[in-house]
Amino acid sequence: MIRRITALGRQGCELLEALGRSGLFLAQSAVGRPSREGLFLWLRQMHFVGVLSLAIVLVSGLFIGMVLALQGYTILVDFGAEQALGQMVALSLLRELAPVVAALLFAGRAGSALTAEIGLMKATEQLTSMEMIGVDPLRRVVAPRLWAGFVSLPILTVGFSVVGIYGGFLVGVEWLGVFDGSYWGNMQASVDFIGDVGNGMLKSLVFALVVTWIAVFQGYDLIPTSEGISRATTRTVVYSSLAVLGLDFVLTAVMFGGLS
Amino acid sequence: MKRSKTMELGVGLFMLAGILGLVFLGLRVSGLSLSAPSDTFTVQANFANIGGLKPRARVTMAGVNVGRVSAIELDTDWYDARVTMELNADLEGRLSRDTTAAILTAGLLGEQYIGLSVGGDPETLSDGDTLTDTQSALVLEELIQQFVSNMVSN
Repeated sequence: MIRRITALGRQGCELLEALGRSGLFLAQSAVGRPSREGLFLWLRQMHFVGVLSLAIVLVSGLFIGMVLALQGYTILVDFGAEQALGQMVALSLLRELAPVVAALLFAGRAGSALTAEIGLMKATEQLTSMEMIGVDPLRRVVAPRLWAGFVSLPILTVGFSVVGIYGGFLVGVEWLGVFDGSYWGNMQASVDFIGDVGNGMLKSLVFALVVTWIAVFQGYDLIPTSEGISRATTRTVVYSSLAVLGLDFVLTAVMFGGLS
Repeated sequence: MKRSKTMELGVGLFMLAGILGLVFLGLRVSGLSLSAPSDTFTVQANFANIGGLKPRARVTMAGVNVGRVSAIELDTDWYDARVTMELNADLEGRLSRDTTAAILTAGLLGEQYIGLSVGGDPETLSDGDTLTDTQSALVLEELIQQFVSNMVSN
């Protein structure tokens, strides 16, 4: 009995230690004077993390918008309210689906790759050798990846929303025959730029920070074996998905639930 | 570090696409207009019952949007609702002093808004004035109650 309580306490301490380590890690790598060299490294990571994720995010956005319009139409048409299709598609994309789904895709596509890359660097002792020659691996390896993720996920989310709304337009207006004036008009009447677009972007910024932080920290903190790398990659995807979904509920409750 | 120019171009296009997307969301989806927020003047009105009127609701005249509700509070002198409206500044000096305000409903179950109709007084409303002639919201329950009590008394 006492042994079990001790084990529980040890796990609690380890959890707290890991949290503290990751907080210190974030502060040390994200804060600092940007240099020309750092800018170039950041650019390379933007290309990998952002530009190359564009395809999967945009294609998913298109299909999600199209499905939303199709499902929404079949329900709304029963009430003779298919004119409200535009606002339904736009609000559900801007407030919930675009930030969450883009963050989940980003965790799977870019987060896991970041963990594996940094993990392999650690396993082959590249990070230690950097320290030996006087280069700070936090600044050189971690910071550009952190900032690239932080900047690119909100851009990907904007792309997701735009393409999704266009997909809804294709299905709702071009195919199912909703009047296009009411599609855009009702959307413009009900979407508030600060309240809906702005809060969606805020959510996306929070998710970007959390997902890249988890990915980079898991890579930096793993046990440097092949098994450790595979475990850490799995943990990145699991933890970031759970964190995104949980935080989404909290943020929605604060932003749209009238809690304030 | 080969082909860094192509990469830079890719990243630049990516960020540009993000900015353009945000502009699209602003202009096309949420209907922001590029013009600066127009000047307004405030007018107040007391209603016996505002029903489901909310802040930011439309204020219309002959069906045309002319402003919005900026605040609703309880007036503790008369125990009725004090509604503050912001009207477009180009209407200042054009509305007569006996303009009436009514709380109307868009459709049977739609949102509630304020409809102004113009009066005949040569004197005009200015910033901070109060509309005296108002008509409360139609509350369905009260209507049904009246109807039922009329039936019973008949």
